Amino acid sequence: MLVEMTDDLQPYYGFPLLKRAVWTWEIPSYFFVGGTAGAAALIAAVARRSGGSDALVRDARWIAAAGAALSPPLLISDLGRPERFLNMLRVFKIQSPMSVGVWTLVAFSSAAGAAAFADLAHRTSGGKLPVRIVADASEVLSAATGLVLSTYTGVLLGATAIPVWSRNARVMPLHFGASSVGAAVSTLELLGHRTRALNRIGIGACLAETALALYLETREDEALTPLRDGTNGQLARAASVLSGPLPLALRILASRSPTARRVAALSTISGSLLTRVAWIQAGKAEKQP
Amino acid sequence: MITAFLTDSTLCIGCKACEVACKEWNAVPADGFTFTGASYDNTAGLGHSTWRHVKFIERAIDLSGAVASADAGYASNAFRWDFSSDVCKHCENAGCLEACPTGSIVRTEFGGVFIQPDICNGCGYCIVACPFGVVDRRPEDGRAFKCTFCYDRQKVGLQPACATACPTQSIQFGEIGALREKAAHRVDELRARGIDDAVIYDPRDTSVGGTHALFIFRGKPEDYNLPSAPEVPTVHLKPAWQSAAAAAGMMLAGIAFAFLSTRPERSASE
Repeated sequence: MLVEMTDDLQPYYGFPLLKRAVWTWEIPSYFFVGGTAGAAALIAAVARRSGGSDALVRDARWIAAAGAALSPPLLISDLGRPERFLNMLRVFKIQSPMSVGVWTLVAFSSAAGAAAFADLAHRTSGGKLPVRIVADASEVLSAATGLVLSTYTGVLLGATAIPVWSRNARVMPLHFGASSVGAAVSTLELLGHRTRALNRIGIGACLAETALALYLETREDEALTPLRDGTNGQLARAASVLSGPLPLALRILASRSPTARRVAALSTISGSLLTRVAWIQAGKAEKQP
Repeated sequence: MITAFLTDSTLCIGCKACEVACKEWNAVPADGFTFTGASYDNTAGLGHSTWRHVKFIERAIDLSGAVASADAGYASNAFRWDFSSDVCKHCENAGCLEACPTGSIVRTEFGGVFIQPDICNGCGYCIVACPFGVVDRRPEDGRAFKCTFCYDRQKVGLQPACATACPTQSIQFGEIGALREKAAHRVDELRARGIDDAVIYDPRDTSVGGTHALFIFRGKPEDYNLPSAPEVPTVHLKPAWQSAAAAAGMMLAGIAFAFLSTRPERSASE
């Protein structure tokens, strides 16, 4: 017996037209770690200039430095040829978001590392002029590159041939930015910084997450199917609830309760990681419109 | 000379000599013995170890008036076979080339798109940047592979291995302008013979800007698992970066506002 015959075989025996991403768990982890580090560097720089405590600035800098140190190993281990990671620095290509991202990460790592080192030097040998110059320069550079680091990953996924990603090229940079800020604030809160300023930033991030979740839930677009259906749909919705409405309610209703703040922080951090996992998995889904 | 392939599926007999010649010349590893059950196509698509791929499209045809009534069962099961040898399109605006962060993927002097194997570090970005699903990473090697347009053969004045091996001239190779003319003539000729659904596939009016692998086939691109309107992913860069800039602005403003609006307060940890 012959295979099922029709006048127009669409698609060709069901074989996929597009290839799926080969990226494994390291990539969503890096999106999360790098994004959090970038937003932490931004918080450190802004906090020092607008009344944040020294302890907060110091901890934010160290979160940024830790994320900067953790990111390259994650990226390198996902390469097909990890020993060739330095080839990433052969060229700079403005039209390749991955190239822009690699160079941003290099600049960010150097700056965040220098800022943390300046903090250490400040504590051991006092605020001498060279230390202050390094601290100021590295802080500004790490904040500027941190902004790129926490958002470019959305551009990287958006500029592909995969419909669920390319049709959300405008959405993902906003989503990843909000997610990064939420995770950075929450990490600081878990370290004991429970200021009103951090709660306000947290509320802002939760509002953005809630708005994005509503938008993704209500938008009529076939390209969103991989983000809505099946296990991945449940994952994406869990990520939305954990980073949007749940911590939002806790932050508004129980901002004075340390336990509530801690729960909100943990919820936001796990939601932030799951957000990246859900977006990447959506692009890897078997069925694409 | 800027070169191209013209793959004329109306001449293809599905012998797969192109697949074999490609594998032999380029020392491409075997891709297994999978039985798909999809006509005579057990390869399913182009990939890291399949740089030429012959598709077998079976189309039902009506022979009820043409055969004796005793053969009605035969007539109702009758079909026409369309074969088409697929290959990397070597796009004018190539998504893989733009995306490659190492500069491993380059444009050759013949107009083809070539992955330099000594530079590729297997980041995998080209795979999702290809609107035709051509590039893939070879798991046991770690690098991305696809048709090289037989860059080595072209360098010494030879034709690509697949075009050389093709016994029916279904795969032709030559200067791109001449091949485009040839394709137009061929389609006119086919239509004059009553094959009304013969078309040229060369998406020049899309953001891909045309390809160095032209096709002649019968029917719609979708029948051959080809996109009717391929898009080079770089068209999404502008809106995505605009959105990233907006996100950055909001992050900066929001964080500054939060600290300035609560200024007198000191951190709880102090």
